[in-house]
Amino acid sequence: MHPAFSVIFLTTLIGVGQGLFLALVTGQLYSLANLLQPQDSMSFYAMGSLLSLLFLVVGLLASFFHLGHPERAWRSAARWRTSWLSREVIVLPLFMLLVAGYAAVHYFGLTKPLFVLQDVIQVDASLILGILGAVAAFALYICTAMIYAGIKFIEEWHSPLTVINFVLFGLASGFMLASAFSAWKGVDLVGFYGAWAVVFTLAAAVSRGLSLRRNSHLVHKSTLQTAIGIRHNSIVQKSQGFMGGSFNTREFFHGASQRTLRLAYGFFLGMVFLFPVLLLAASYWLASPYLPVAAFAVQYLGLMAERWYFFAEAKHPQNLYYQSMA
Amino acid sequence: MTQLALVIDLNVCVGCHACVTSCKEWNTSGWAGPLTDHRPYDKDPTGTFFNRVQTFEIGEFPKTETVHFPKSCLHCEEPPCVPVCPTGASYKRKDNGVVLVDYDKCIGCKYCSWACPYGMRELDEHQKVMKKCTLCIDRIANDALPEAERKPACVLACPTSARLFGDVHDPDSEVSMAIREQGGYQLMPEWGTKPANHYLPRRKTRIQIFEDELERADNPLRKEAPLPAAEGETLDDVSF
Repeated sequence: MHPAFSVIFLTTLIGVGQGLFLALVTGQLYSLANLLQPQDSMSFYAMGSLLSLLFLVVGLLASFFHLGHPERAWRSAARWRTSWLSREVIVLPLFMLLVAGYAAVHYFGLTKPLFVLQDVIQVDASLILGILGAVAAFALYICTAMIYAGIKFIEEWHSPLTVINFVLFGLASGFMLASAFSAWKGVDLVGFYGAWAVVFTLAAAVSRGLSLRRNSHLVHKSTLQTAIGIRHNSIVQKSQGFMGGSFNTREFFHGASQRTLRLAYGFFLGMVFLFPVLLLAASYWLASPYLPVAAFAVQYLGLMAERWYFFAEAKHPQNLYYQSMA
Repeated sequence: MTQLALVIDLNVCVGCHACVTSCKEWNTSGWAGPLTDHRPYDKDPTGTFFNRVQTFEIGEFPKTETVHFPKSCLHCEEPPCVPVCPTGASYKRKDNGVVLVDYDKCIGCKYCSWACPYGMRELDEHQKVMKKCTLCIDRIANDALPEAERKPACVLACPTSARLFGDVHDPDSEVSMAIREQGGYQLMPEWGTKPANHYLPRRKTRIQIFEDELERADNPLRKEAPLPAAEGETLDDVSF
């Protein structure tokens, strides 16, 4: 498949946004349970969720560049019964609305408890919005990933590992950003978020490793024999029917050399899994606010390469019809 | 239920591309048009086509055969491109089973093209909407045309009649009989998409002659040779 930068930006940016929001809600829940000291509503939760919203908005903007007719994008909410893309189009704005609500509640300090559950848990508006938002965040991860995992013809993607990868990459980069944000704000949560970021990064390394292994051993269902229905071991394409290329030769081939592919592979393995963990470990000793920020930046760059590779490694069965020009 | 479809005879197709050009001509000016071109008179010309003819070489020299393979939307009975469309622009007509795109609803997200294992859908570079073979819906469903012309442009253009058109759900139609009697098959049956279009395979026509048919004793074309020893009257000698 041809890696489109609009989709690479969309999936990585909203992944970070969702992860950051989940990190904030996790922090709030921990402090509710008195496991962490409570943070300032205004400067931490409101600013943090606004940062999450920024990532979501930029991701949404990027997605419009993928469309031929962005002015008709509203129509894409119509087929939520059958299309994962349609479901994503519904859940993303809904999630953004919840994040905005969560930010507003914290920003304006509307955190007075509304009622008390079982005499201990003080439920305020931010907690309700936070939990609803967390549910929406996970629903969005699933919708986004299922857009790819749901296409049975692209066998590299058609696996539960795709969904697990999208969730874990989003959580890892989001918690990484939460750690960077805490370091920047001078909040004492760098270690808490950093530890979770490392856990999610390592978990993502395992699941992405499994999917890379699966894809390298993958035997495709379709062959040139089934594609044109001729039973013979030796079939060679002599003509595609045109010389100047078509949508079929542009959309479904990455067009990069094997060397570039290997380079992207090595790049994302280092940048997503190795260096951010090392940088976070270094920040544990050096206590510099720049190191977690650098860890997030490095991992985000790596994730872009990972998403590029995700597209490039997928082989569409239609490519069987477009093997040689002449 | 009617399911209109094409049956393409690979035994007959000579790869002349007449179906490609007639398709482009009809559809660029018809209901589904325009089929825009990009750099048509420049380097690397490209553009939107509903139909292509590809060529494959089967076997190894000297035992090779060239197969010309016309490729257009198969109008699947379980079209995987339809449910993935987020806007409902992609649909399958209930009355005749033709898979179509509503250009006014299409947002050009290309998701349906990912969901077609055959690569039968193209994004128009200029109109930015997804386009595909309509089976010349504006011909076949046009009552104003004479009955004989209510066929796709490619079918009418084919000089060798390699393309048949009809209802594959009607067991007595020309296409159904061709599929049944001449080994019609579907492309990539492994995906369960149930393509409505079928292809007829290459067929070898061989005359079967047995030795005794050439060597018959009473064959008048037999090489002159001494007659077999007289063994009494043969059937030929009997006269009434």
